[in-house]
Amino acid sequence: MADNDKNHGAEQDPDVSAASDASEEAAHETPQRGWVLRNHALIERNAFLLLVFSLIVVSIGGIVQIVPLFYLDNTIEEVDGMRPYSPLELAGRNIYVREGCYVCHSQMIRVMRDEVQRYGHYSLAAESMYDHPFQWGSKRTGPDLARIGGRYSDDWHRAHFENPRDLVPESIMPAYPWLARTPIGSENIEAVMRANRASGVPYTDEMLAEARADFRTQADPDTGDVDALLTRYPKAQARNFDGTPGESELDAVIAYLQMLGTLVDFSTFEPDASR
Amino acid sequence: METYSTLRAFADSWALALIFLFFVGVVLWVFRPGSSKTYKDTANMIFRNEDKPKDKDDGR
Amino acid sequence: MIDAAKIAALGILTLLFAMAANWGTDLVYQVHALLLALLSAGLFIWSIRRAGGRDRYAIDGPRPETGYNDDVVRAGVIATTLWGVVGFLAGTYIAFQLAFPLLNWDLPWTSFGRLRPLHTSAVIFAFGGNALIATSFYIVQRTCAAPLWGGRNLAWFVFWGYQLFIVLAATGYVLGSTQSKEYAEPEWYVDLWLTIVWVAYLAIYLGTIVKRREPHIYVANWFFLAFIVTIAMLHVVNNIAIPVSIWSSQSVILFPGVQGAMVQWWYGHNAVGFFLTAGFLGMMYYFIPKQADRPVYSYKLSIIHFWALIFLYIWAGPHHLHYTALPDWAQVLGMVMSIILWMPSWGGMINGLMTLQGAWDKLRTDPVLRMLVVSVGFYGMATFEGPMMSIRSVNSLSHYTDWTIGHVHSGALGWNGMITFGALYYLVPRLWNRERLYSISLVSWHFWLATIGIVLYAASMWVTGIMEGLMWREVDAQGFLVNSFADTVAAKFPMYVVRALGGALFLTGALIMAYNLWKTAVGAGETASARPVPAE
Repeated sequence: MADNDKNHGAEQDPDVSAASDASEEAAHETPQRGWVLRNHALIERNAFLLLVFSLIVVSIGGIVQIVPLFYLDNTIEEVDGMRPYSPLELAGRNIYVREGCYVCHSQMIRVMRDEVQRYGHYSLAAESMYDHPFQWGSKRTGPDLARIGGRYSDDWHRAHFENPRDLVPESIMPAYPWLARTPIGSENIEAVMRANRASGVPYTDEMLAEARADFRTQADPDTGDVDALLTRYPKAQARNFDGTPGESELDAVIAYLQMLGTLVDFSTFEPDASR
Repeated sequence: METYSTLRAFADSWALALIFLFFVGVVLWVFRPGSSKTYKDTANMIFRNEDKPKDKDDGR
Repeated sequence: MIDAAKIAALGILTLLFAMAANWGTDLVYQVHALLLALLSAGLFIWSIRRAGGRDRYAIDGPRPETGYNDDVVRAGVIATTLWGVVGFLAGTYIAFQLAFPLLNWDLPWTSFGRLRPLHTSAVIFAFGGNALIATSFYIVQRTCAAPLWGGRNLAWFVFWGYQLFIVLAATGYVLGSTQSKEYAEPEWYVDLWLTIVWVAYLAIYLGTIVKRREPHIYVANWFFLAFIVTIAMLHVVNNIAIPVSIWSSQSVILFPGVQGAMVQWWYGHNAVGFFLTAGFLGMMYYFIPKQADRPVYSYKLSIIHFWALIFLYIWAGPHHLHYTALPDWAQVLGMVMSIILWMPSWGGMINGLMTLQGAWDKLRTDPVLRMLVVSVGFYGMATFEGPMMSIRSVNSLSHYTDWTIGHVHSGALGWNGMITFGALYYLVPRLWNRERLYSISLVSWHFWLATIGIVLYAASMWVTGIMEGLMWREVDAQGFLVNSFADTVAAKFPMYVVRALGGALFLTGALIMAYNLWKTAVGAGETASARPVPAE
């Protein structure tokens, strides 16, 4: 017990006051008490200790809940068919993010009968393993989009982005007419893919080298080697998505939407009982 | 995996018990004899020093 | 010498930002670099004009000379009021957008997907954040009986740095810059800037407590300190990202899919738990006892409340991910902790309410106290509803629906909004040295408009939320789904209008408050014997 002035009125050096106990009555009770009891007085009076203890207490939850997800093998089940996004799909995903689509659309079908009936097979962890960040969403002001790919034609999407109420009168979705009007370039796509690779997406050197060619080929199959594109990105769909020459943001967004949920073949998928 | 299993076993046994004891300790500490007087003083601290800081020259 | 160094640094900074604007690869980056170049150019010129003496901190007007640093608190009060009105306006507008999609105007900058983050950030970080900074600076000085540590410039740095963060975030959203992580949308360089500002905030707070001239650390400061340090941890971990290039506003978040979802909602729920709860509980533990003029009901309970709350809150994140691809063990853990969390939450509520023991009659005459007490009531309601909604079977119905939105708003409007209004009504007369508020009856008007607005909001969202949840899962005798998604959207229309009207009432109340506070600050309606009114 440091021997110091116990006068409350005095300004005290915090370190010195930390070494003593809170008040006189506490001081003579101290010897009989356990560690926590003795030391909570320190916490109550020492700002740094209070800070450190708070930090320890708030760290525990995150460590227990988050760290195992990187360790446990069965966090993400083994599934055939998953591959990184093609350059055009990735550009479309960036527009999806930019326009805040995740605010109203989820991409996570829960394991519930009505959801599986409405949207298709429940979402697997593996299906978002290349999503940086995930697009699960938290709100369905509009329907889930996890398996929107192939549900509607490109024409439908074009008209729907132009004005959703032309196709769905009840819809409250904003119109996105500027997507069709805005040309999109591939200048930055390789840099975006590199950053994805740095955070763990397995883009190969070849994929990076061919990024701009693949970008173009997918939106305009006549200009490039579609077979090479499909070797690099199996199941990629190559066609003129927006129906007009050149690449617009609409090309990219529709390419992204049309591939969502199409990579895993659920006719051969067997769920792992351990999850 | 091995490390993980060990840590997990530790987390839901000893660590849990320690945290629980910490809480019990906090509760017991709070209700220690004589605490009421201290806390009464602390709780009333907000009614002092309203208009200006305490003078610096005391105690240092 | 220092002046010269400062001017030189600002000049170089201006040049660097101008170069960045030139090299930027996207519009948002260029706009932000240009904005920062103009800002540093302005500061450059300002520093030159002020170089070499002159009184830097001349305070005019009849403000009290307290020995505390209250200038930054005054600025924080003004910013809170302004951002509050902006945030409520944005919220009301997007509420009308959901009822009448025409209001999106078919333009990128005004579409719902971009304005919604603007609304959430404006109310949480701009309104709530400024309220927290202002009140925490006010409280920590008075409970430590010491002025803010770090001097005036550091406090001003935190204030203006935080405003810059808000402006960068808001302009970014409108121009389409987002990480798509809810409540953490700003991009990498804005996140880095906020980290710097936040560390300065922590330093001021901790420094003031260390230099305190009272033996104990008052419990409000515990809550503020836990809020500041936990938000720092959450912000840094959740925003780990790899920029596409230093000349690009875009970045790629490090954590993918499942892990990313867990990290996001660990952050997301604790933005609620620490930003909107722990910090605001700090306000509760100061302003309610002060306004009621009696110490807190049980100081012992407040200590137990503190440790239990901060320990339990941090586990609650996975309840945002029930029935998803997140492993079950994490979901169950999150649910159990969320339910237990009900206890410390209500412990805190009881402590706040019982502070009025023996002074309940004051509620009749003092609308400011009424506001503070109602806020604690809403806190109790929201912290009962929350644990209930975290139960997996309830969540299977409520998740993805408007019920969640209603729940958030009964907490945000009722608890955070009302307690901040109460704190503002408490602070303005004291900070501007007025005898009393300009008009007590306007406070009553504000109180009732806000309360009715919240009731309309919460009730309409309960109705639409439960209705759409039930409609989504409704099946006929053959087991087929009964409703198309569009049917559920159409069914919600009337309630969306009611919700927007509730928001409009809440906004009207806030405008009345802004008027009342302004009149109070300028000294309108003071009696002749009061201190002289400053020349405007």
